[in-house]
Amino acid sequence: MSTVAMQPSVRFDRKRIRANALGRGLLGGLTAILTWEICSRAPQLFGFSVPYIGVIPAPSKVLVEWSILLNEPSYWRSWYQSFFRVFAGFGVAFLLGVPLGLALARSKIIFGALFPVFEVLRPIPPIAWVPVSIIFWPTQEMSIAFVIFLGAFYTMTLSTMNGAREIDPALIQSAVSMGASRWSLYRNVILPATLPSVTTGAAVGMGITWEVVVAAEMISGGQSDRAGGGLGRLMWNAYVTGNYNAIVVAMISIGIAGYFSSALVRLLGRQLAPWAAR
Amino acid sequence: MSDGDLHRGQIEIVGLTRQFSNGTARSEVIANCDLTINSGMLTVLIGPSGCGKSTLAKLIAGYDTPTSGRITIDGRPVTGAGRDRLMVFQESALFNWMTTEANAQFGPRQTKEGLRAAQRQHVGDLLELVGLKKFAARYPKALSGGMQRRLEMVRALANSPDLFILDEPFRGLDAMTRALMQQHFAGMFEISRRTTLFITTEIDEALLLADRIIVMTNKPMKVAAKLEVDLPRPRTIATLYESERANQIKERALELLFPEAMKSFASPAKAVSV
Repeated sequence: MSTVAMQPSVRFDRKRIRANALGRGLLGGLTAILTWEICSRAPQLFGFSVPYIGVIPAPSKVLVEWSILLNEPSYWRSWYQSFFRVFAGFGVAFLLGVPLGLALARSKIIFGALFPVFEVLRPIPPIAWVPVSIIFWPTQEMSIAFVIFLGAFYTMTLSTMNGAREIDPALIQSAVSMGASRWSLYRNVILPATLPSVTTGAAVGMGITWEVVVAAEMISGGQSDRAGGGLGRLMWNAYVTGNYNAIVVAMISIGIAGYFSSALVRLLGRQLAPWAAR
Repeated sequence: MSDGDLHRGQIEIVGLTRQFSNGTARSEVIANCDLTINSGMLTVLIGPSGCGKSTLAKLIAGYDTPTSGRITIDGRPVTGAGRDRLMVFQESALFNWMTTEANAQFGPRQTKEGLRAAQRQHVGDLLELVGLKKFAARYPKALSGGMQRRLEMVRALANSPDLFILDEPFRGLDAMTRALMQQHFAGMFEISRRTTLFITTEIDEALLLADRIIVMTNKPMKVAAKLEVDLPRPRTIATLYESERANQIKERALELLFPEAMKSFASPAKAVSV
């Protein structure tokens, strides 16, 4: 019977765990890319073609296309334009959604008056708003921004509302009995207590915003490239011109952009609400 | 510590009734209850689980309004929450986003002048008294259960309330911590003599702390008996164990509690909640 060697101490070394996670992530990513490459070359390697994955342009070709695009200013302009729209739409959604969410949670009158309307409008997908948006807003940018705003707005409002509702009444009671004014109650109790829900809603909302921006750009990106632009537009143009490698480049670019946006929101959330970190 | 509270915090409860209704179902949690809580004394309310002690505490604190009846503090009617009656709950109601010190200073900060130097000193002294001064900059989540309870007490006491209400504050603590907290709390009371209403289900805890034990019945809640606890202070768990008088009181209390506990055991636990 072999003796079990006991390690002197199981050290939950943060660095090691993070390094392991990074390693695993890289391994997973590389395996996926490798599989993709192999499937693309399947006809040459194995003599049969793999359905679905095999038809997508190979990573090697995509990387070549990407390196070309990286040198073109229009590519970077697309990034800038999409990012600008996302953060503009998201910003407004945040500035309107959080106060509305708080109001819905704290005031029965406001809830009774506004929530039914809110809930009827919410299931309408932002994309469905595109025609109305184009008619209603004077400029194309504003039409796109409005659609993007809607994407995040409902999520932000609901998250905030639920967060504010879930505050332990004992917290409110304690604060009120110690003499907190309405303002003090909001600033010192309700807002901080709601903050974790707000950041969660923001992270989710940010993801939704990216989904919407791509579709919005594809549809209303405008007839001229100069006016519209953005990563969604880039992808659509690549499709229309038959540059399949560029489609994949655009897709992955969007993925990366979305990842960074969400990560940024999560980071900000952790800074604002350090006590909520798990 | 302030001694001026000796004559403040007298609670008179007359004909107190509290009904809860949920649609057509109506539940009477407290029925025509008369009760006096004497100033300068530590009154313990003991009764079976779910009998309505917390409801009574909330009514006195002003977080709830009675269906009928009257509650007065030093002759003034109770109409809502206020600084003169502060309550510590069973579960933690600390502000997790504020440091220990900020939590403790919260009450004094709510006045127009804000936190005055004398008050800052007072809060610091309280934290010192309960042994939390070292942890002033830590967040509540970093504190143990017992420490959180102590912080809650400091937060309430920093406002020098006339009446201090505690609703099973040591529930959920392990036996050792609980014993230490009881002794500590008894000591704090003996210094300040602030009028205190302490709710518990533990008879030993009641004996250690109380000047008077009020035994409550099961739903609908009324006063079953008032037991004067004329044991000398300071009390310790060890001396109580041997004290003849203490055991006498304990027997009497258990005699009263047992049938009520049986009723509580047999019936659905909580009142119909709205």
